[in-house]
Amino acid sequence: MAFVNLKKKEVQAKIVYYGPGRGGKTTNLEYIYTKFRSRIKTEMVTIKTHGDRTLFFDFLPFNVGKIREYDVKIQLYTVPGQVKYDATRRLVLRGVDGIVFVADSMAVRREKNILSLRNLQKNLATFRKSIFKTPIVLQYNKKDLEEQGIPLLPLQTLEKDLNSQLKAPSFEASALMGMNVVPTLKKIISMTMASLLMELK
Amino acid sequence: MTYMLGQEQLDAIEQVLLEDLFDVGVNCIFLIDMAGNVIANFDNGEIKHDIYSLAALAAGNFAAVSTMAKIVGEDEFSLLFHKGEKESIHFSKVLTDFLLITIFSKGISLGFLRLKVAEATEKIKKILEHSCAP
Repeated sequence: MAFVNLKKKEVQAKIVYYGPGRGGKTTNLEYIYTKFRSRIKTEMVTIKTHGDRTLFFDFLPFNVGKIREYDVKIQLYTVPGQVKYDATRRLVLRGVDGIVFVADSMAVRREKNILSLRNLQKNLATFRKSIFKTPIVLQYNKKDLEEQGIPLLPLQTLEKDLNSQLKAPSFEASALMGMNVVPTLKKIISMTMASLLMELK
Repeated sequence: MTYMLGQEQLDAIEQVLLEDLFDVGVNCIFLIDMAGNVIANFDNGEIKHDIYSLAALAAGNFAAVSTMAKIVGEDEFSLLFHKGEKESIHFSKVLTDFLLITIFSKGISLGFLRLKVAEATEKIKKILEHSCAP
């Protein structure tokens, strides 16, 4: 639910990082926070358990700059990935304008990615939103693990499992190393803005 | 779902916040939507709260409490209020998609604040109902 403030000439929109637990959603936000520290005036907000797992959400407000004379403020959120936190995960999706689905490239996490994407579709439906009509970018994270000899899913398998119907833009990435974190963010911001413009026409 | 508020509506909302709440001594007040976007805000200049983080947390908190209410068979809990040593926070729902949050100190009683918030909420409802709200 983006908000256009005609008085301040400002647009606020909400982008949510979704995906299975331990997939790297928080790490994406942490990288963005470090990389763009000068643009982010506040601290990153995290609500996590004592075991350092996201309990409710992480939150990072991000000033994109001006688009067509409007100041664009993007609110970045992550959801808790663990299956048991479905109720809170659904709450974070309220009013979402764009989604980054962070999949875990590790071969052992194949099933978890598929289940999480289905869960996203189901939770969006509770807000009468279709996954096919919401701006979404897929990120296949943890590419850096390849060097350590950990078996990863081939790109074709990830695309077939997660993107055969969505046909969304996708990036192979390493949130830990910062690889393709910013291109993922740029892509979802531009898709979200395009979608908002279409809605306002 | 995107919604827009123009100069006239925002001026009217700010007027209500200023006259009905700020002038009676509330330290900080802001109107947000349930997605956590900030629509209007005022503070007394002495406290520098991070409004955007507060808005995100307030929207999440309100949503969590509403879900708890449903689980125990209530439509909603009518009073949502956190009391602190110096500062307290009061939440009030406006229509289905907005939330009015006031931060106030010991100088104002909760009863008086609730009365003023209820009055302000009614006025804001009327302004939002006539706008292109979600």
